[in-house]
Amino acid sequence: MTRIWTICRRELQATFGSVVAYILLAVFMLLSGYFFYSDLVFILLMASFTPVAGLWQWVFLDLRLVTLLIVPLVTMRLFAEEKKLGTIELLWTYPVRDIEIILGKFLAAVAFFLVMLLPNAILCALLFSYHPFDLGPLMSAYLGLILLGVSFIACGLFVSSTTENQVVSAMVTYGILVFFWFLTWNEEAANQAALRILLGLSLFDRFFNFTRGVIDIRDVVFFVLFISFFLFLTWQSLTARKWRGVP
Amino acid sequence: MIAVDGVSKSFGSFVAIEDLSFEVAAGEIVGLLGPNGAGKTTMMRILAGVFPPSRGTVHVAGYDVVKDPLRTRAAVGYFPERVSAYLDMTVSSYLRYVAKMKGFSGSAANSQAVSAMGACGIEAVANRIIGSLSKGFRQRVGIAQALTGEPSVLILDEPTSGLDPEQVADMRDLIRGLGEKRTVILSTHILPEVESTCDRVIILHRGRIVAVDTTGNLSRRIQRAGRIFVEIDAPVEDARQHLSQFAGVSSVESKPRSGDSAASFIVMTEQDRDVRAALASSIVQRGWGLVELRSVAFSLEEIFLTLTQDQEGS
Ligand SMILES: Nc1ncnc2c1ncn2[C@@H]1O[C@H](COP(=O)(O)OP(=O)(O)OP(=O)(O)O)[C@@H](O)[C@H]1O
Ligand SMILES: [Mg+2]
Repeated sequence: MTRIWTICRRELQATFGSVVAYILLAVFMLLSGYFFYSDLVFILLMASFTPVAGLWQWVFLDLRLVTLLIVPLVTMRLFAEEKKLGTIELLWTYPVRDIEIILGKFLAAVAFFLVMLLPNAILCALLFSYHPFDLGPLMSAYLGLILLGVSFIACGLFVSSTTENQVVSAMVTYGILVFFWFLTWNEEAANQAALRILLGLSLFDRFFNFTRGVIDIRDVVFFVLFISFFLFLTWQSLTARKWRGVP
Repeated sequence: MIAVDGVSKSFGSFVAIEDLSFEVAAGEIVGLLGPNGAGKTTMMRILAGVFPPSRGTVHVAGYDVVKDPLRTRAAVGYFPERVSAYLDMTVSSYLRYVAKMKGFSGSAANSQAVSAMGACGIEAVANRIIGSLSKGFRQRVGIAQALTGEPSVLILDEPTSGLDPEQVADMRDLIRGLGEKRTVILSTHILPEVESTCDRVIILHRGRIVAVDTTGNLSRRIQRAGRIFVEIDAPVEDARQHLSQFAGVSSVESKPRSGDSAASFIVMTEQDRDVRAALASSIVQRGWGLVELRSVAFSLEEIFLTLTQDQEGS
């Protein structure tokens, strides 16, 4: 257990020790701040009587895109860098379980993601102080965004464990996530039964419910399953050394 | 301390090591010797717990590497062939991290890091970023990493490769020192390294054991034919004739003269015959001056060639 924390801390130190972390934080802050502002202005122009009701839907649908853009760049180095340096082999000689290595890195990325969301939360708090509103829908949207971001992280972590090239790691993660997004784009082509399954698998359609202030337990379960599935794949990917050897 | 029994490892259909069995007693320094691709790294990775064997059992410090991987790993310090460390960390923070990974916390982790640095002579670079260190120092950081946590077994995969001659000498001294209190297995494809550092040697070739013996025994065992160096104060041709007609001698080779009048020869004798005493007295009887007569051991280089050729022949 303490080793999860040791790995997580080293990971965070490595992340914040490089300028990449600050660039990612800055880009996320600028983009999300810009969307927050423009959506606010737009809503005020369109429907000045209830400024906040529809706002979260707009803001969080935009945040979804920024998260999609940034998270693969956060997760790309997690295992790829260790494989490139060869330090992964050393980790395997310490008295630590593979699952602890995975959770340590996973938690570090989640912590970084939460830090990334902070400036945006401050904007919401500011808005609240000028113009108090119902907090329920905002909290629901935040829960959705966090579940979505953590799902991206689990996926990125897995891809990172399959390569030692960070660029490949980020690109393949984009590929997989965009696939889960586009699943429902060709609604016309698919028949009803297939569409229902595809809709069920689409991360983004499920996220949509949260932004409307609706927390459906099935959606939460789906995200948790999605995350567990990719953590399991990561574990399998590390275990593969037992028959494939160390490259 | 280490017991390897019938171990094989394959990657897909490729068999990297096959049916290895050997034991290493506590406190021994054993060399794994073999050409590229012999399977040294594969064997060491199994010992260090990186992956399990495909077949056979391995016990390290009393634990089964497959059934009890975490406890085995806690007893082993590993220095990988590919020297690696987090390049963005300082030496001391890296070693503290390693100590924590090996189960030490807080001040215990700190004192582990300090004593590992002391043992490897890298206190001076404790606060340097690892990425800025020279190859020799990085190698020492790698050894310190293995030493952290005071493991009873050290597995060192080519610890001297890529170092300059002076650093190689330092590294050998370091390893000999470490071996005083620990069991050490080191791999190399340089024979003098084994001769100068190890008590015993295990020779691997194409994934199989070709020989296991003490460094000294091995050269004696291979010495099927004896080899004697003689230096005689006599006319070269007469001396050569006398030597080659002597009972038990199979061939004589004259060495170039080194200025003085004495003639020197390398005499090969037949298997298992010690002709030294008889040869010496016969030379003296002829009234020649016997300047020097000694048996010449085969170097591991020669042994190695003989052994691997035997394997290929059979
Ligand atoms: N992951 C792997 N997949 C397939 N083959 C492998 C793998 N790892 C090692 N091998 C093969 O197994 C054999 C033994 O490799 P190993 O690295 O153990 O040799 P070595 O004795 O350490 O050689 P060297 O002196 O070059 O370090 C080699 O032929 C190598 O190509
Ligand atoms: Mg090797």
